Amino acid sequence: MNDPTVERRQIGLTVNGQLIKRQVEVRLLLSDFLRHELGLTGTHVGCEHGVCGACTVLFDGEPARSCLLLAVQADGHAIETVESLADGESLHPLQRAFWEKHGLQCGYCTPGILMVLKAFLAENPTPTEAEVREAIAGNLCRCTGYQNIVEAALEAARLLRQEQ
Amino acid sequence: MPTRIFGQPIKRLEDPRLLTGRGRFVDDIDLPGQLHAAFLRSPHAHARIRAIDATVARAIEGVIAVWTYAEIGPCQRRMPLLIPHPNLTHPYTRFALARDEVNHVGEPIAMVIAESRYLAEDALEAITVEWEELSPVVDIETAVQPGTPLVHEELGTNVAAHYVGIVGNPDQAFSSATHVFHERLLIERSASMPIEPRAVLATWDDPAGVLRVWDTTQAPIVIRNALAALFELAPTQVHVVAPDVGGGFGGKIMVYPEEVLVPYAALVLRRPVKWSEDRIEHFVGTNHERLQIHEAEIAVDGEGRILGVRDRFLHDTGAYTPYGIIVPIITACQLPGPYKVPNYHVEFRAVYSNTVPVSPYRGAGRPHACFVMERLLDRVADELGLDRAEVRRRNFIQPHEFPYDVGLIFQDGAPTRYDSGNYPAMLDRLLQEMDYHRLVTEELPRLRAQGRHLGVGIACYVEGTGIGPYEGAHVRVEPTGHVYVATGMPQQGQAHRTVLAQVVAEELQVPLDTVQVIEGDTAHFEFGSGTYASRSAVVAGSAVALAVRRVREQGLRLAAEELEVAVDDLVVEDGRVFVRGTPERGFTWAQLAQLANPLRYAYAGDLAVRPRPWSGPTLPPGRQPALEATDYYSPPHATWASGAVGAVVEVDPATGMLHVRRLWVVHDCGTVINPTVVEGQIHGGVAQGIGGSFYERLHYDENGQLLNASFMDFLIPTAMEIPRIEVAHLETPSPLNPLGVKGVGEAGAIPIPALVASAVEDALRPYGVRVKRMPLSPDELLRLLHPEA
Repeated sequence: MNDPTVERRQIGLTVNGQLIKRQVEVRLLLSDFLRHELGLTGTHVGCEHGVCGACTVLFDGEPARSCLLLAVQADGHAIETVESLADGESLHPLQRAFWEKHGLQCGYCTPGILMVLKAFLAENPTPTEAEVREAIAGNLCRCTGYQNIVEAALEAARLLRQEQ
Repeated sequence: MPTRIFGQPIKRLEDPRLLTGRGRFVDDIDLPGQLHAAFLRSPHAHARIRAIDATVARAIEGVIAVWTYAEIGPCQRRMPLLIPHPNLTHPYTRFALARDEVNHVGEPIAMVIAESRYLAEDALEAITVEWEELSPVVDIETAVQPGTPLVHEELGTNVAAHYVGIVGNPDQAFSSATHVFHERLLIERSASMPIEPRAVLATWDDPAGVLRVWDTTQAPIVIRNALAALFELAPTQVHVVAPDVGGGFGGKIMVYPEEVLVPYAALVLRRPVKWSEDRIEHFVGTNHERLQIHEAEIAVDGEGRILGVRDRFLHDTGAYTPYGIIVPIITACQLPGPYKVPNYHVEFRAVYSNTVPVSPYRGAGRPHACFVMERLLDRVADELGLDRAEVRRRNFIQPHEFPYDVGLIFQDGAPTRYDSGNYPAMLDRLLQEMDYHRLVTEELPRLRAQGRHLGVGIACYVEGTGIGPYEGAHVRVEPTGHVYVATGMPQQGQAHRTVLAQVVAEELQVPLDTVQVIEGDTAHFEFGSGTYASRSAVVAGSAVALAVRRVREQGLRLAAEELEVAVDDLVVEDGRVFVRGTPERGFTWAQLAQLANPLRYAYAGDLAVRPRPWSGPTLPPGRQPALEATDYYSPPHATWASGAVGAVVEVDPATGMLHVRRLWVVHDCGTVINPTVVEGQIHGGVAQGIGGSFYERLHYDENGQLLNASFMDFLIPTAMEIPRIEVAHLETPSPLNPLGVKGVGEAGAIPIPALVASAVEDALRPYGVRVKRMPLSPDELLRLLHPEA
């Protein structure tokens, strides 16, 4: 039975540190799996062709477009979504910085940008403004003109360095 | 001293939820037993439907229904004409599913409802349609020529509306002018493009007898009332919520086919039905804007003072006119901008084409108007050898000349009357921020001497904001001390909750986080229109101010009565009402709310029950058991925000690339409620303006196919393309409303095409280039630089 409209497969993966085992249709997108099977609706879908970046999650620590992946491709891998950032009521430095600097308006692109920046700031804890702009150049925001996102990213880098 | 909350750069109340992934957008909501809808859309720009065969699709397991026009019951009516206008003599709206003819690529022709979105899309592929292709009308200049094929045969014309507005005596002004300059100017088609596409979820709540709808709309009350009328339900039987909405920018205000068909499916099938637009659908299924072609001329005296302006333009309205002719009317009324134009002739034709319909996108006709007027003034400056700033200064409406009548009727049916402003100060501030003189006389010449192609531009604009008809608000102080605020306006990222809470917290002197603002939910507020036209802070903000002031009055009166003092002896501070000079004699707002209500509820309230000081009914006439008020604000006419922008740009003549090096905005939106929010609005508008100046253009080919219907090909600027934006505020309060505020939502988007044109032209002065269209592109710049090639 190779009909992708009906073929299902067992997958096992880690999502935000939790082990998940599910039967999924082989054609199910990772974004749809996270949002509608696991209820992790913080990951948003803006274009479904891998350009806008709203659906970005961390795939084994690396930013990846969950709309361009199938859920079955995540079998055996670790996924992190925006829901993993805060520790209970305590916001992650990235989230605090975005709040402080008005780095979001409608909030739709925000989760993808936060996940990109989480990986980026781990790699480059002391970025310049130009480096931040390049890091988020794969994420479209229609509300902010990016300026306060850039400010927030630089502020988050500062907060993260303080916490070290 | 009272705490200042109004006017402060307060962090948004909305953010913690959105930052932690706990926002609730329509597609985030899944209901048990939910079905999924998908739409078959026309691949042709203009065609007749001969037959639709859905037999195979209907037989797919998991497919619940496939509907064409024949199956949609009450939705067979034509979609509404939302805003009629006397000059719209040939309106035309669509059917929710095409009946016998399609008029643009993307027009919905069949609806599939299935157990999953994946199955629904499988079924779309199994539907076959027999087409008879008709001649598409794409180019609007051809469309108005005699003998051209018609978009709508039965109208007998492609001209939906013809409008003429005349102020003064333009012909006389032109015949007596020292100079007359003519320009042909073009603004291309674009679209709002919020990052969240549209979505609708509907369910019939049978025990309650209520149709519940979650919709990404900018106007939930409009949708609620439309659905009630269409389905013959009582308005209270339809509950529409616009929850978190991921950007709107105009495109989400409409009554779209999906917004009636999805609720209808939920009614018929008695199961929840969800539809989420994908991006490709959004490109061809959600309204566009912008395309206009202007033939404009300006008459000036020897000093560059404007004697008159004449403008004739074609406005592409797309295939239908569901939103009337709001966009070109705004263009016509706002074209004079902040300048005195004593004699003005404006004339447009709104023209049908076989393309996606046109309705407002941030700016709504204003970027076009500003582009035309500012291009004309740049031309005057260059022809007369004057500085571009000086020409503007010579023509400004002066601060003592307000209120100033342009002489035309604005989009809201009220006069185009500027209420207040200080345009000379605005320009002076801009030039000061830019260090204009040094820039023009020292820095640019020095950099140009190195062979770089740098240019400076400026542009000025006005924006009619905060139009009617009205909005309302309900404010109530709860016995817990919370303050409940409800309005009819939904948000799409504009921080309504924060700024409306600031208005309330300022009046009652309560902590911001005790104020609960509920918006976009018809169960909480039922009168009003929606979020558009830069009107929320002005119209809903004023309604909230009026309502909370009444609540404050009630609280003061009650406290005065209880304390046996005069109202004038009381002060409101620190969340309490107390006697001036003796803070211990007073009440918290929670206590006042408890005092107002003769009932004591379990756990509620810390006031001891005391004997009533009056006899008769527990609640005597004139007293209500709550501190609460509903009020409405209806502006007499628009309030006019204004601004001046400047930029330094650089053109790479080898590649045709444009780089915006510096960008300044001086903005006056009256009294500012929250400067952080205002700046954010300006940044976002400017970014869309830059998109519309160099990146974003919807390309239709001659067959009416949209060639760049994806984010791969339609280029929204990224953080790499948008420069740092330097914003300065002027505050000229509006005399029209209780807060003195003016709108800011669209401001940034308006002047940027005019600004970029001005700066690019300056950068390319050695080539004698004139910029006559927007957006530019590398190709277009190379064409301008090498016209012979």
